[in-house]
Amino acid sequence: MPEKLRLGIFKFASCDGCQLSLLNAEEELLELAELVEFAHFPEASSRIDSGPYDLVLIEGSISTPEDLDRIQQIRRQTDTLVTIGACATAGGIQALRNGANHDEFMKLVYPHPEYLQSLATSTPISNHVSVDFELRGCPVDTGQLLQIISDKLHHRKFSVPDHSVCRDCKLQNIVCVSVARGIPCLGPLTQAGCGAICPRFHRGCYGCFGPCHQTNTDGLTDWLIKDGHASAELIPLFLNVNAEAPEFARTGAQLKRQDSAEGESDE
Amino acid sequence: MSESRTIRVGALTRVEGEGALHVSLNNNVIDRVELNIYESPRFFEAFLRGRPLEDVPDLTARICGICPVAYQMSSACAIEAALEIEIPTEIHQLRKLLYCGEWIESHCLHMHLLQAPDFFGYSSGLELGKHFPDEIKRGLRLKKIGNQILEVLGGRSVHPVNVCIGGFYRTPALDELQSLIPELEWGLQAAIETTHWISGFNFPDFVCNYDLISISNSSEYPWFGDTMGSSKGESFDVKEYEQVICEYQVPHSTALQAHKIESQTSCLFGPLARINHSRDNFHPNARELADRVNIQWPCNNPFQSILARGLEVVHAFEEALEICRNYQRPSESRIPYQPRAAVGMAATEAPRGTLFHRYEIDDAGLIQHATIIPPTSQNQKQIENDLRDYLPPLLSMEDDQVAQACERLIRSYDPCISCATHFLKLSIERVE
Repeated sequence: MPEKLRLGIFKFASCDGCQLSLLNAEEELLELAELVEFAHFPEASSRIDSGPYDLVLIEGSISTPEDLDRIQQIRRQTDTLVTIGACATAGGIQALRNGANHDEFMKLVYPHPEYLQSLATSTPISNHVSVDFELRGCPVDTGQLLQIISDKLHHRKFSVPDHSVCRDCKLQNIVCVSVARGIPCLGPLTQAGCGAICPRFHRGCYGCFGPCHQTNTDGLTDWLIKDGHASAELIPLFLNVNAEAPEFARTGAQLKRQDSAEGESDE
Repeated sequence: MSESRTIRVGALTRVEGEGALHVSLNNNVIDRVELNIYESPRFFEAFLRGRPLEDVPDLTARICGICPVAYQMSSACAIEAALEIEIPTEIHQLRKLLYCGEWIESHCLHMHLLQAPDFFGYSSGLELGKHFPDEIKRGLRLKKIGNQILEVLGGRSVHPVNVCIGGFYRTPALDELQSLIPELEWGLQAAIETTHWISGFNFPDFVCNYDLISISNSSEYPWFGDTMGSSKGESFDVKEYEQVICEYQVPHSTALQAHKIESQTSCLFGPLARINHSRDNFHPNARELADRVNIQWPCNNPFQSILARGLEVVHAFEEALEICRNYQRPSESRIPYQPRAAVGMAATEAPRGTLFHRYEIDDAGLIQHATIIPPTSQNQKQIENDLRDYLPPLLSMEDDQVAQACERLIRSYDPCISCATHFLKLSIERVE
């Protein structure tokens, strides 16, 4: 029997949901354990083995001074590093602090902010070390996660579809929520992977998988504004779980400028 | 001359999230027991300010990937209370069904993959599965059914997308819910077998004097409710929550702790609290099983909370079956509302215990202030107190064995420190 793939899973600032997506592979989990050695997976096993690892999956964003050192140490111990989820790939929901007054945020939540170690920003792993592949999603899709591990096992190039949610929606014959119901939807800009679940549940996509390849963001926001939506209404849609993904961050900032310009011209 | 010894033991594992335990001994007498949660602050309560109230269920779900439904439910109910939105029975039943899915998924994960290995000395559920293949496969299939409920009702199991203020974005079609029934029927029997299996485990003899707190309803086992009950015989309205229980910060942990304001004493939330208060409101199979399994009521042994989880899973399957069998699709999926300046609060029962939310909203429907009190911060002080009582007879053992025993006890509360945490180390400092 060939040697098992040594897998390490490490967590930074996050909700644990992407690691849970691996444990949610209920039926495949026992099969996977035949091929993969969970060398570092503290959420599931109290046996902790040190590196080097063949593949490391990183959940969570860099948000404390200690994280800055720890991610460097982990990178040195692994052949391949893949980030899993919106936190590790784009800074996550906690990146909503970026640009805000960090001291004020600390004081708002904690009576003794001086006890805490926190950075003013939450940043993706790729800002700090080289990353071999970024798996999107808030949370990641279990099927895509298994595929990445399988790709590594079989020495295949990592790849997931990078077309939009909008296309998946059409393939499922879902009636367009924007056209038929006037609901703002990020489907045309967001990478596929979730199965177009939001339109399937009669609501607009809110961008869990981040911007897809080749977006026409301005085209969509212009159309939504012409369709009667205020800039202010669209800001929280972009500044969400992938707020720091460059294309969403740029559009969020642009909408904020438009909104304050509209506010001034009203006065 | 005093001699000091510090022993560091590897990361505390098989919990959701990571933290640390520090025990210091002075001449073999316990000085300090500190559960350190090295949390990466994520500032939810801060960045919720200024967001539209509609965003809150999706945003707060991201606090925890293991119990996102609890966050969606407590936040939706609190905002609905503020806006005086009455949720019709049919929609309320669907929310209960969603919660059944989360309890089944979360409890089965904890029972099989996190806590059960401790009773046999294995390092993981997968390793345990080599010795108990049928039991672990059954457990994983039970967990999967919990996830299937979440997928049918919410699109996906982690951070489902269907809950909104006023109800759901879309209610399921009749055949979608009926398609769950065969697996739920299998699950009910399997959950009963699992609970029997667990009742044969060898439980440490460790009984605590708890002040147990949960939502307490007169007629149903609690997921939702307005009245909190305590095993000390007190009860209070959810609206008074912050007059009874408060959060405070300690230097050794970045997660807030909580205690009762008046007595400054710790309390325990979660399955043991619920089952001691409300097992008479279990559905018939769970009720009967509660009497037949090897457990003394009231149960104040934290190691036996795994049995309480098993019984709650049986109850959740019965509840889910009843809801699916009686389902008629409501004419409207949600109740319309007008935003206005208001304050609202609500508590619901997350798998790990009571989760309290409070929101202040302005006239435009934007959040002005948010307070979230999660179960693990409320249990943290109690866990430290229990460790203090549990440790003395163990102190003659080697440090690594003491550490393992402490880990076992901590794991039995199913702490969900994932909400905002990283690293957990255990250190024992001996000064002699």
